[in-house]
Amino acid sequence: MSPILEISDLRKTFEGGVEALSGVSLEVQPGEILALLGPNGAGKTTLISTVCGLTEPSSGRVQVAGHDIQRDFRAARRLIGLVPQEIALEPFQRVWEGMRFSRGLFGLQRDDAHLESVLRQLSLWEKRDAQSRALSGGMKRRVMIAKALAHEPRVLFLDEPTAGVDVELRRSMWEVVERLKSEGVTIILTTHYIEEAEALADRVGVISRGELLLVEETGALMDRMGRKELTIELHEPLNAVPEALAGYGLALSEGGTALVYTYDRRSERTGITRLLADLQAAGLALRDLSTRQSSLEEIFVGLVQEDAA
Amino acid sequence: MNAGAIWAIYRYEMGRFFRTLAQSFISPVISTSLYFVVFGAAIGSRIDEVEGVSYGAFIVPGLIMLTVMTQAITNASFGIYFPKFIGTIYEVLSAPVSFLEVVAGYVGAAATKALFIGVVIMVTASFFVELRIAHPVPMALFLVLTCVSFALMGFIIGIWAKNFEQLQLVPLLIVTPLVFLGGAFYSISMLPQAWQTVALFNPVVYLVSGFRWSFYGMADVPVGVSLLAIAGFLALCLFAVWWIFRTGWRIRA
Repeated sequence: MSPILEISDLRKTFEGGVEALSGVSLEVQPGEILALLGPNGAGKTTLISTVCGLTEPSSGRVQVAGHDIQRDFRAARRLIGLVPQEIALEPFQRVWEGMRFSRGLFGLQRDDAHLESVLRQLSLWEKRDAQSRALSGGMKRRVMIAKALAHEPRVLFLDEPTAGVDVELRRSMWEVVERLKSEGVTIILTTHYIEEAEALADRVGVISRGELLLVEETGALMDRMGRKELTIELHEPLNAVPEALAGYGLALSEGGTALVYTYDRRSERTGITRLLADLQAAGLALRDLSTRQSSLEEIFVGLVQEDAA
Repeated sequence: MNAGAIWAIYRYEMGRFFRTLAQSFISPVISTSLYFVVFGAAIGSRIDEVEGVSYGAFIVPGLIMLTVMTQAITNASFGIYFPKFIGTIYEVLSAPVSFLEVVAGYVGAAATKALFIGVVIMVTASFFVELRIAHPVPMALFLVLTCVSFALMGFIIGIWAKNFEQLQLVPLLIVTPLVFLGGAFYSISMLPQAWQTVALFNPVVYLVSGFRWSFYGMADVPVGVSLLAIAGFLALCLFAVWWIFRTGWRIRA
């Protein structure tokens, strides 16, 4: 299948010499959700802005469904919907007027049925005659999404869609994203919330200092880079890790009542069987065992720190 | 060409105009009426006719020009600056719209508003003075060209401005003085010779003169020169807009 978005060696240097993008290359398949993770100033928003036409690239190439974003900008932009990070709505504009304006900008025929369907999906239909200034923060954010969907885009860019929203609204945003994906819309989202990427994304891209450090399937990334921890709860607390267990790199926790063993679940020998045997040999009585996989957040922090080093 | 986008921008901008109809319509009517009370009745009654035209009637073309220029600039500059200021400009920039189509939408709407107000003033003036239009077609041409070219100028100001102060700067400090000194309320021939020469460097003189000629057949400068002046100003604004389009100046990062 041809990628719906192809970015090749994209560079952006702002006036003053700040290099926001240093040769980013990326392919996104139709219908997938890609989450871009990165610290503040990593270049996530610049990347989205460049693809969407808000920022001129310094060099490189971007194609949307085979249409170059500069030479064939009309065809490329017709396929793109953008929800920027900051809420930007004209305060006196009514929701319905705004939807019609957004669709009109794409040169499309009026289609009230589609606009109504979008507003209903986002639970905004009852607010169609309300002015933007009268809406709550969460509703404003949903209006931004509705406006971006007014022209039926095939690729939707969501720049930190759930930044600063409460948990309930975040969950409802996730439902919206999942519904869009089920309708075949390709979604590229940036987020600070690792759990968001973990819950929604098919693939995760980590961007730092203008470079895309990796793009990988979320599950595969977790498998490849995820460390697992085995927590062994003891009946009796220990003052120190016994000498006989020194080779395992165990850490004492919970006031000496637990030992934590970190291992790589992908390796052929995790060492768990041997460790359990050695624990028994050392005369330690076990109360409980539990394992925990490191989160995407820990992986992300590790990658970014590695890049900065 | 994305005509739908031009219409969407135009329609939205006109919607804003009609939403604030009191401000858009009543305000120029009251201002014009005040000008006629002050200049037409109070002061005008003590001033002789100017080349056979009563002073109250004489100032009508200048008054229309003053309002039309100011309104065209203000509406166009605010029209493009406000979306920049609140961030909604992203919608226009990420849509399949060329810059010239954006200009057509915003400038078209601003010029229409200015034209509307110009006509309102003309109608209001007809209640106070005896108004005659000697050359209706050139009058309409001068009016439309002035609306369009000053709306273009306003659009450029809106792109250039980084804050509301800058937005007000050009209309207040440059355009209004140029119109007041451009023969809106007097004939250039009423000035001392030296000031007549200085006045000829004021581009607004040509516009007011040509416009007044279309009403009363009298002009400070030949009407052909006036037409050339407004055409030249239009060309200059179009060039500036084309340059902004080419470079993305203050629009795209």
